Order: sequence, then structure tokens, then C-alpha cells
Amino acid sequence: MGWMLALAFGATAALIAVPLVIRHLVDGPVRQREPGAIPALGALVLAFGVTEALLVFFRRWMQTASALGMETAIRHDLYRHLQRLPVAFHDQWPSGQLLSRATSDLAVLRRFLSFGLIFGIVNTTTYIAVIVLLLRLHWPLGLAVAVSAVPIIVVSKRVFSQYLTAARRMQDLQGELATLVESAAQGIRVIKAFGRHQHIGRQFAANARDLHDTAMAKTRVLASCWSKLDLIPNLTLGLMLAVGAIEVAGGRLTVGGLVAFVALQTALLWPVQSIGWIIANGQEAMTAADRVYEVLDVRPAITDRRTARAVDPATVRGRVRFERVGFAYPSAGSSPRSAVLSEVSLDIAPGETVAIVGATGSGKTSLVSLLPRTHDPTTGRVTIDDRDIRDYTLDSLRSIVGVAFEEPTLFSMSVRENLALGCHGTSHSALAEAIDIAQAGFVYDLPQGLDTRIGEQGHSLSGGQRQRLALARAVLGRPRVLVLDDPLSALDVHTEALVETALAAALRDTTAIIVVHRPSTIALAGRVALLMDGTITAVGTHSHLMATIPAYRAVLSATVGTEEAR
Amino acid sequence: MSRRRVDPPGSALVRLRTASRRLLWSLLRPHRRALLLAVMLLLAQNLAGMAGPYLIKIGIDQGIPALTGSGRDATVLAVTAGLFALASAIEYAGKRGFMLLYGRIGQSALLDLRQRVFDHFQRLSMSFHERYTSGRMVSRLTSDMDSIAELTDGGLNELVVAALSVVSVAGVLLWLDPPLAAVTMLSFPFLLVLSRWFQLASARAYRRTRETVARLIVHFVESLDGIRAVQAFRREGRNEQIFEGANEDYRRANLTALRSIAILSPGIMLIGNVTLAVVLTYGGYRVLHGQLEIGVLTAFLLYLRRFFDPMQQLSQFYNSLQSATAALEKLADVLGRRPGVPEPPRPVALPRHRARGQLRLDNVQFGYRADQLILPALDLVVPAGQTLALVGTTGGGKTTIARLIARFYDPLDGAVSIDGVDLRHLSERDLRRSIVMVTQENYLFAGTIADNIRFGRPSASLDEIAQAAKAIGAATFIDALPDAYRTRVHRRGGRLSAGQRQLVAFARAFLADPAVLILDEATSSLDIPSERLVQRALRTIMSDRTAVVIAHRLSTVEIADRVLVLDRGRIVEDGRPTDLVAAGGRYADLHRQWLNSLG
Ligand SMILES: Nc1ncnc2c1ncn2[C@@H]1O[C@H](COP(=O)(O)OP(=O)(O)O)[C@@H](O)[C@H]1O
Ligand SMILES: Nc1ncnc2c1ncn2[C@@H]1O[C@H](COP(=O)(O)OP(=O)(O)O)[C@@H](O)[C@H]1O
Ligand SMILES: [Mg+2]
Ligand SMILES: [Mg+2]
Repeated sequence: MGWMLALAFGATAALIAVPLVIRHLVDGPVRQREPGAIPALGALVLAFGVTEALLVFFRRWMQTASALGMETAIRHDLYRHLQRLPVAFHDQWPSGQLLSRATSDLAVLRRFLSFGLIFGIVNTTTYIAVIVLLLRLHWPLGLAVAVSAVPIIVVSKRVFSQYLTAARRMQDLQGELATLVESAAQGIRVIKAFGRHQHIGRQFAANARDLHDTAMAKTRVLASCWSKLDLIPNLTLGLMLAVGAIEVAGGRLTVGGLVAFVALQTALLWPVQSIGWIIANGQEAMTAADRVYEVLDVRPAITDRRTARAVDPATVRGRVRFERVGFAYPSAGSSPRSAVLSEVSLDIAPGETVAIVGATGSGKTSLVSLLPRTHDPTTGRVTIDDRDIRDYTLDSLRSIVGVAFEEPTLFSMSVRENLALGCHGTSHSALAEAIDIAQAGFVYDLPQGLDTRIGEQGHSLSGGQRQRLALARAVLGRPRVLVLDDPLSALDVHTEALVETALAAALRDTTAIIVVHRPSTIALAGRVALLMDGTITAVGTHSHLMATIPAYRAVLSATVGTEEAR
Repeated sequence: MSRRRVDPPGSALVRLRTASRRLLWSLLRPHRRALLLAVMLLLAQNLAGMAGPYLIKIGIDQGIPALTGSGRDATVLAVTAGLFALASAIEYAGKRGFMLLYGRIGQSALLDLRQRVFDHFQRLSMSFHERYTSGRMVSRLTSDMDSIAELTDGGLNELVVAALSVVSVAGVLLWLDPPLAAVTMLSFPFLLVLSRWFQLASARAYRRTRETVARLIVHFVESLDGIRAVQAFRREGRNEQIFEGANEDYRRANLTALRSIAILSPGIMLIGNVTLAVVLTYGGYRVLHGQLEIGVLTAFLLYLRRFFDPMQQLSQFYNSLQSATAALEKLADVLGRRPGVPEPPRPVALPRHRARGQLRLDNVQFGYRADQLILPALDLVVPAGQTLALVGTTGGGKTTIARLIARFYDPLDGAVSIDGVDLRHLSERDLRRSIVMVTQENYLFAGTIADNIRFGRPSASLDEIAQAAKAIGAATFIDALPDAYRTRVHRRGGRLSAGQRQLVAFARAFLADPAVLILDEATSSLDIPSERLVQRALRTIMSDRTAVVIAHRLSTVEIADRVLVLDRGRIVEDGRPTDLVAAGGRYADLHRQWLNSLG
């Protein structure tokens, strides 16, 4: 920063020096007809000129790098921070809003750092220096010029208040627009299926029009302010001329003095005019920084406790216990009614497989999401080997627990990378084993086998294929504890049977919690827990529950239910 | 992540450049009158601005002597002061008017462009979207737009002012002293070479900026959308590395671009300053030899600054233009793509106001890639009102058939028609009103539950929405939510459980009330009682419309009038479910397996 300022002031000094040398040259050698001094003075002008250009060059060259470096570093921090913020945060923050912070807002900051800030300082300094000079030349006139700063400040202040809100609104709208575009891209199948292009197009138009209107509001503020900032120094100049003339007439000022005065006052034009631009730039930077820090200041709610220890997954036996667990989504408020889970207790022995059964919306997904700490319970605790899972480091906990989510998420990268994700150095045989268990052999038939790029940018897969990959990903590396949320819902009966057989063998000494909807899958589990409205109402073997619990029968049995329904 | 090539091959590049210019012109053309007016305002502002110093000169040279002279005459001074005030007022009004007008032109062109690109994206086919990715689409409509918007913050202003002063000053220089002017002209080749270099270097750099920022955005969006999996599988570290790479590439591209302007602008300054020194030395000698007046040399030197300084601004404008052009190229590329599944220019109307729903596939051949046929030759007639179930192993082509019927893709050969009209001849409106598909993905939009159901029929009242939800069995859970139908479902409907999302998606389709309803594994996340409710509703719904149902739970299939068993894109069995079970073929096997699976 200091360097930049020094370079900027140096260049300005060189700029001012050149006219002085020219005046010297014209008044001296040329007028006095001394050709000998011309080359030297010419060289001096050349030197100053080259220096000016070089200083400007160095300043810009270095400033570009440093401002860009800063932008890049903040963006990196932002991304890293976002990846560590819990799912509950991301549920509520549309990624478009996050994206606009990471791109548009940071670019605004960068521009301010590379231009606005420097010129703000240089121009303010110039302004003050010139005013001081004017005051020394002729203090009444100088005072008049100094007083002209008052309307300038008034105008600038108005911009401050009006522009700030518009700039902020503009940035928020940009985020909204990005969000809308993203959902229009991701929901394109639905939009096409219902032929709702126009519907979405209208939403977009409304948003884009808001953006347009806000941009126009900004323009109006700027147009009013910038034109006034042109007008004020001009009027001051005219006033000065009139007053100066009277002063000259009264013999209190020489004509030469007035000319010098006018010349100096002209030097104020640019610094004053640029104020408007610098303020606008600065305010945009301010709101942009606010927006970025709004996110950076969010403390990750799910982190390693101070008492957390890393544990070698190989030493984990895998006893899982839910102890009077209660849970409510942070977004749903804190009334008792908003609790999704309450008083859930469940003890799972090492190597045991337990199925969770319950109606849609009873809280199965919420329950199993506590194990990899996608969410933390609001009350009670979850333990593995009698240790609160919050006392494991996140990293080791998540290497102990393998998960297959209800909605398989694939990323646009190779099959291999999609399966391994965070596991480094996965061996070929481990991959092959996982693919085998999930009956995902189809990946070998893809155009480039395991190296085929899938996901958004690659080969499209059917729902069943995606689900099997997600399953393979979960079982890869044989985690001690396995959480499978409705893992076979998209498979056809035949494939499902094959996966079940393979899974049964794989699950033999893994602790597993499986959310199931179909009786067939329950065969994998020794015991079943029935979840109703967020509480476990019964635990036991399938046949026992079938025989004794009518609610269980209702949830699981197609035939009984159909009869009841009729 | 593989690195893709940045520059398209030469000829494509030229085409894109032309296309981007044409795009720019088509955006500005509706505003050409306003643009002209803006330029006039700008000229008025500048002329008034130039008059100021001249008036001051008159004030000092003539006003003051008149005032101090014997007559003590203040009129000259008063008149000049008045004129000066007038000039200032004109300058003020001109500037304000110009900024408003130019802002309006720029913003409406931008609005127009945004809308055009967005609408075009929506028109492009599924196969385009599968490859293009949502992240890149976001990048086009945000970051690229930002680059273009920069052109509206100023731009023209600098261009006109600079061009004006460069031309007029050049004239003045020539008029003042041709030999000195000739020396000045010596700088032109250097300027030309410099700006040509800048043009090439910055075009490449800015193009690269657009590419790299798109890659950055794609990764950013994708990893945050999949944050659940990222965290559960400890992918953060690797993602950070990838992001750092993309971020660094973007930084480098930006650095190259910004450094090219960091060279251009001081470069022009250098050329100007050197010219000044040369003119000064040469002029000094000429004055000495009596070939030149001192006053002329002084004026010449002063004007020389006015000649080179505006070029600085011009270079800034040029820079914004280059950056905007790179973005415009990307947008022109998108706008230049023809929809793979286009709307017919002159659509054929359906025979009756509402489609009856007879479907027909004639010798349909289809594959997603040219080298792999999924459907070799499919013939199928579904009479109006029939409920048809498609079963078969995964990858058999069931979804593909559904997509063809919903015209997400067009067949490579053969035709799909409804009520005797080829789908390719139907207007988008008729097509979508007649055929609706519900898939297992069932994307929900951020917004309220009511908004999402209303998506099926935007004109529906709250009452109709509630009725649709009730019919499908979704009302119970919706009513239990704190804000009922006004509950906001968050991004992708994340506020709901997967089964609840499917129910909402069902209600949405129910409300659309199409003649042909396609269900592709649409009940997979439902528990058995909910599924039963849905099925009961389906039975009613399907009684008066054509339906194509894909499901592996044969409970859904059992309500069908007819079952097709598919194997590698071919129909291997076709008949009533009960008949097929009796016949003891593939379907009978599946049926047995399913019965066993019920435990
Ligand atoms: N992110 C969330 N924010 C607020 N509420 C949620 C969220 N996700 C789910 N819910 C609510 O919590 C309840 C349980 O959901 P879930 O655990 O997904 O059910 P299940 O998996 O048993 O179908 C549902 O009523 C659902 O609406
Ligand atoms: N968008 C796509 N691009 C390329 N190939 C696809 C696409 N969608 C499906 N496929 C391939 O087409 C074949 C048939 O798939 P699909 O119709 O989804 O089968 P089903 O629905 O019977 O399971 C599969 O081999 C699948 O991998
Ligand atoms: Mg669930
Ligand atoms: Mg399918």
C-alpha cells in the first residue's frame, strides 16, 4: 500500500514537473537564444516523461498483482469456510447468493483496491494541498474556494445514504438472479415436462427488471451527484472571477495573481469530479465486503470439540447408541412442536444390523443424519463405543461412518473419483469389491470404464444406476458403521435381490442402520425399530413386530393395508 | 479435472467475433435514436465545458481592463459572468441528461440480453443441458453479464470525448505548424503497433478469463449443492485443491488481462511524453532559427497534452470493450445454438380442443449417442384411455421411451404421435398441456409448497391446489406443517423429506390434468401406506386418461390395463397383467419375485 502510494505520488510529481521545465525552457534558452541549453532541457523533459510513464507502469503492474492476489485469497478462504459450514446453513442459503459473493462482490472489492482507494487518497491530498496554496496566495478568495467544499460535502453525503442502499440491493438482487438461474438449470426437466418456460421466464424477467430498476436508481443518484460535482467547482470559478475582478479593480490583487489563481483552481476540477466516482466505488466495495463477511463471520456450528480425539477406525468396535436424542431443524424455530425427533433411544451392538421403519416424514432421514454429524442432536447424545460422537474428530468420525443418502449425489468427475471422494489411495481391489456389493458392474461397460466422467458434465445414468454408485461409495473402505437411507428404492426387484444378497454378506461384521420401506430389505436386519412421529415406539424382530404391533403392520404390509383401506 | 482447450480453432473464433458484434448491434439498434440524442447531449456538455476557459480568458483580458479603466464599465464582466453561468448550467444539464439516458439505454440493452439468453437456454434441448451444466449457465448469466455491464458504466462517454478531442486537437496541431505536426505524427505507428498488440493479447486473455471463471463457478456450485456428500465423505480437502487450481487459473487469466492494460496505458503515456520531448527540442531549435513563434510552440505543447491524455481514457474504454466482447462471444455462442428439439414454425392444432391421448410410436429408433442405439425399432400403439405399464431390467430403455413420448428428445428415425399428430408438429403449449411426465427426481423449486404445486397449472386457485394435494394424499402432512401451504421448502425442496417431495410432485402433475400422464418411478421413496393412497388416487385419475407407468413395484403395475416387458429396447412381452402372469414368461417371473419380496 505504502509503495503504491509512493509510486502514485511520484508519478503525479513528475507530471507537475514537466510543465515547470517547459516554462523554464521557454523563458530561458529559447527566449534568450541560447541553443546550447536546449538538448539538456529536452533531455530533462524526456527523463521526467519516461519516469512518469515508468512509475505509472510499475504502480499498475504491482497493484494489479496485489489486488488480484487479495481477491483470490479471500475467495479461497470463502470457499474453504463454506465447505466447513454445516448442511443446516446450506439448506437456508441459496448457492446463488454465495456464488455472487465469491465472484461479483470480490471483483468489486478488487477494483476498489486497485483504483478507488489509491485515487481517493491521492486526490484528497491534492485537493487539500491546492486549497492551502490558494489560501496563501490570497486568503479571502482562498477561503471562498475552501467554503465551496461545503456543498461538495453535502452532495457527497446524500450519495452516501442513497447509493449505499441501492448498491446493497443491487448485489442482493444479483445473488437472487444467480439463484434463480441455477434452479432454472437444475429444474430444467420439470420445467420442460410442464412446458413452463414462460412461467419461469416471467419470474426471471421480474427479477431482471428489479435489477434494471435498481441499476437505474443507482444511475440517477450518480447522475445527480456527478453533474453537481461538475457544477460546484465551475460556479466557484465564476464567482472567484467576479470577486477577483473587483479585487483587481480595487488594487488588492494583480492580474497575474488572478491568472495563477484561476489556473490553480482548475487543478481542483478533477479531484472534485472524481470524488463522486470514488465514493460510489468505495460504497460498492463496502457493501460487497459486508456481504462477504456476513458469510465469513458465521461460525461453523458443527466442529471438533476441544476434547475431540482422532481415533483409528481399525480400533473401533462399532457399538452405536442413541441416548434420549431429540432434534429440531434450526430453521424450524425452537417450539416443542417443531421437534422432529424426541426421546429416541436405541442401542445397536457391534456388527448388528438394525432397520428403521416409519411413515414418510416420520424422521428416519433426520435420525440417521445425526450419525455422520450432518446435524447435531438438540438434546441427548449419540455414542459410538460409549463415546459421544462429538468427542471424535469430525474427520475420524466420518471415516468410521459410511453413508448412502436417500438422494444419490454424483459429481461431475470420473466414476473412480466419485466412488473414492475423500478416500485417498483407494486400491483397485477395494473399488472392485464395493462395486460388486452394490451390483454396479455396469460401470465397466461405460465408454471409458471407471474413468468415464459422469454427473452433470458427463455420462447420464439412470436413477437405479446412481443409487447403486452411492451404495458402492458408502461401503467402499469397509467403514465400521454403515448408514443406508432407503438404499434400494430405485432398483428393480431382480437387481434388488442381488444387491441384498451381496450386502448381507458384507454387513456381517459391520454395524449398520438401514432405513427401509419394503419388507424384502428388512431381511437384512436382525432387529427393526419402528419410528412414529419422531419417537421409536417399538423395537424387535420383524416377525415379532408383525405379529404384535398393528401400526407396524400398517406401515409395512401391502396386503393388510389394502384390505384396511377398502 | 481435465483442462479443456481455451481457444476455439481460428475459423470458429472469427465466426464468434462476428457473431458477438452482430449481437451487440442487435442490442443497440432499437436504441439508435436515443443513442444519437445521448451523443448530442454529450457534445453539448463538452462544448459548454470548452467554452468555460475561453470565457474566463475574455473576462480577464477584456473585462478587468474595462472595469479598472477610466469608464469603470462592468458590463463586459457581467456579460461574461452571465455566459459563464449559462455554460456551466448547460454542462450540468448535459451531463446529467446524458448519464440518465445512457444509463437507460445500457440497462435496457442489458435487460434485453439477459432475457434473451435466459429464454434461449430454456428452449435448448435436454441433451444440450446435460452437457452444458447448470454452473456454466449461471456463469453466462451472471459473471459474463457483469463484464458487459461494465461497458454501461461510462464507456461511450470516454469514447466520444476522447475521439472528439483527438480529432479536433490533431486539426489544430496541423493548422498551427505542419512540420511540428508531422513530427507528432511519427508517434502514430508506435501507437498503432501498441494497440494492435493489446487487442490480440487482451482478447485472448479475456476469453481465458471467461473460461476459467466458468470452471470456477461450476465447481463452486456443484460442490456446495452436494455439500452433504462432500462432508460425509471428507471430500473438503480434495475439493479445496481443485478449487484452488481453478481459482489460480482465474487469477492468472485476470492477471494477464489486467497486465496487458497495465502495459497499454503507460505505454501510450510514454509515447506521448517522448513525443513531447522531441517536439520541444525540435521546436526550440526552430524558434531559435526564427522559423517559429514562441507563442505557437507554447500552444503546441499545451495541445499535445490534450492530444495524448484522452487516449488514456480511450484505452480504458478499449479495455472494457475487450472484456465485454469476450463475454459477448460466449453469449453469442449460446444464442447461436439451434434447439435440438425445436418448436415447429407453423404448429398443427390437435384435432379436438383437448387431446384424447392416443399415442403411437412408429418404427422409432433412438440412441443418446450415434454409436449406441437404445431403441432399435419400436412400434407401439396406446389407445386413448389405456394405462400402460413398462417393466424390464434397469437400462432396458423404459425411461428413454417415456422421454420420447414427452418429447425431451426426438427419435433419430420414425415418429411419435398423439391423436395422429406428430409431436414435432405440435406447439409447445399443446404438447405440454397434453403430456406431462413425473420422474423420481421430482425437483422442487425454492418457494412455498403452494407455488410448487401451482407449477402444474399457474392459474390454479389455492382451493384447487389444496384439492389436488388432498386427492393425492399429501394434504395430511402439508396441513401439519407450521405454515401449511405457505411453508417455504428451501433449495431443491430440502425442507421436506424425500417422500413428501414426491407427494408434492404428484400433486403438481395431478393439478396439470394432462391427457397423457407419464410416471417414471415416481413413487419410489414413498412408504407403503402413502404409496397405497397415491395408487388409489391414480386409479381415479387414470380412469379417464392415457397413462404410461414405469415402476418396479408391481403393485403399481397391477392397476395397469396392459404391460410391456422390455429387454434392450425391444418389446418381449405385451398383454394384460393377469394374462402375462398366467402365460408364465418374464413378467410372471418378475411377479413371483415381487410377491416373495413382500415377505
Ligand atoms: N432441512 C429441514 N428443515 C426443516 N424441516 C425438515 C428438514 N428436513 C426435513 N424436515 C422435516 O422433518 C420431518 C422428518 O423428515 P425426514 O427425516 O426426512 O423424514 P423421513 O426420512 O422419515 O421421510 C418432516 O416433516 C420434514 O418436513
Ligand atoms: N441422457 C443419457 N445419455 C446417454 N445415455 C443414456 C442417457 N440416459 C440413459 N442412457 C443410457 O440408455 C440406456 C437405457 O436407459 P434407460 O432408458 O434409462 O433405462 P431404464 O429406464 O429402462 O432403466 C442405459 O444404458 C443408459 O445408461
Ligand atoms: Mg427419508
Ligand atoms: Mg429408468
